[in-house]
Amino acid sequence: MNDSVKANYSYKINKVLRYTFFALIVKPLMYIIIGLNIRNSHLRLNSGPAIIVANHNSHLDTLALMSIFPLTVIKNIHPVAASDYFLSNKPLAWFSQSIIGIIPLNRNLTTFNDPFADIVEALRQNKIIILFPEGSRGIPEKLDKFKTGIAHLAKRCPEVPVLPVFLHGFGKALPKGEALLVPFFCDIFLGEKFFWTGNKNSFMDKLEDSMLNLARAGNFTAWE
Amino acid sequence: MNNLTLNVKILMLVIIGLLSLSTLIFFLIKRNNPSQNFTELWLRIRSWWVMIAILFLAISSSVKIAIIFFAFISFLALKEYLSLIPTRRSDRRVLFWAYLAIPIQYYLVSIHWYIMFLVFIPVYMFLLLPFRMVLIGDTRGFLHSLGTIYWGLMITVFALSHLAYLLVLDPLKNPHGGGAGLVLYLIFLTQFNDIAQYISGKLLGKHKIIPLVSPNKTVEGFIGGMIATVTLTILVSPYLTPLNFGQSILVGFIIAGFGFVGDVTISAIKRDFGVKDTSNFIPGHGGILDRLDSLTYTAPIFFHVLSYFYY
Repeated sequence: MNDSVKANYSYKINKVLRYTFFALIVKPLMYIIIGLNIRNSHLRLNSGPAIIVANHNSHLDTLALMSIFPLTVIKNIHPVAASDYFLSNKPLAWFSQSIIGIIPLNRNLTTFNDPFADIVEALRQNKIIILFPEGSRGIPEKLDKFKTGIAHLAKRCPEVPVLPVFLHGFGKALPKGEALLVPFFCDIFLGEKFFWTGNKNSFMDKLEDSMLNLARAGNFTAWE
Repeated sequence: MNNLTLNVKILMLVIIGLLSLSTLIFFLIKRNNPSQNFTELWLRIRSWWVMIAILFLAISSSVKIAIIFFAFISFLALKEYLSLIPTRRSDRRVLFWAYLAIPIQYYLVSIHWYIMFLVFIPVYMFLLLPFRMVLIGDTRGFLHSLGTIYWGLMITVFALSHLAYLLVLDPLKNPHGGGAGLVLYLIFLTQFNDIAQYISGKLLGKHKIIPLVSPNKTVEGFIGGMIATVTLTILVSPYLTPLNFGQSILVGFIIAGFGFVGDVTISAIKRDFGVKDTSNFIPGHGGILDRLDSLTYTAPIFFHVLSYFYY
């Protein structure tokens, strides 16, 4: 990994609350109220460093991805989240940082700071990070074009496996802009891990290919 | 356990015995054919153990817990159905109301409000759901959407809630079995019929009975299953139900016949959506509706035949 990293983010995690939240709220919500179909669960990576890359439709996505891991692994998982949204007010910032354990990412790249420094540092500490390269939740249950930031990150950490995951149904259960949760069985398709391919275009092609293959495996009809 | 009669406890032991026997036979076959892959069959047997353990635990704890258990089964079945069918984005709030019908329907069971239990979904939810959809105002595909949501509610909540109502029927009219006896009797015979039809179909099946919907079902399987189920019904009825000999024969035919109809109705829906199973919730069996398909028909019909004669 690149050594000229200037990580400056300090975690504010409340370990007890975080553990309790996932054990008593998130896991029951995911496995009883919603119901997860985890496909290819043998492909799950239980130890870091690893980059989980998923499509993004709902606030449930992060919680669902984390809940497929045992509680002992969850403490090691950190979702990357946009600082302009998740740190925008105090209660949300507290929840995102103390309970979820996000690594804030500055989506605004006009600064001279290294936007990935904190993520690279987390990977160096053998953490598992979750990244949504669509950038935002977008239109529910529709796959948007992936942003290429993930390629830059993979290039800087070529020895870290990238695990593509396709999520289906969470956008139906809790789409953007809705506060009412409606239960649906949701699917989580785990793909084969892969590494930095040596150049940006081939890496993005590989990532998008594996996502589309996972999406196709479900044979889902569009949600209109 | 105190709410169960001796006969119910004996039937539970018989079921555990039958399952132990199948498990034993499975291991013997597996040992003699080490090259074959038995994973699917093993998952199927293991899931039977889990399902039976949960069912026995629920009906032997208390009537209230058993009602909550059946409400939860309805919730899983409705969720599976709504995840399988195409729904419109604009229907999300309508689906929420459909889910709300579950606690209300099972609450009506728990307070023995018989008339309301019978009409709540067929009348009030029937009128409420389109009203909620009108308030949202998306008219494109309106009737199609309404029809699919309402049908799902009828099958997964209304029909299955009859199982729970069996629990609260006057136990004095059925001293040998009580409410739990009726539930266990119906579930046991319905599942037995599924298996008997499957086995006699495998052994004797030649003429397809309904090839466009379910190509593996045969006339021989249907009749073989029916003979076995009617025979077993005649044997079991005196110990668990108030039914006399003639009524037992009738109920046997009803369970075998309508169990089959429920089975092929869910098959038709699966064919419509091009899926093999309604989900993969129960390892080795498929979805919840794959397991409950026959019961969605036998539960309300058995309930009404029984209440016509006795309640």
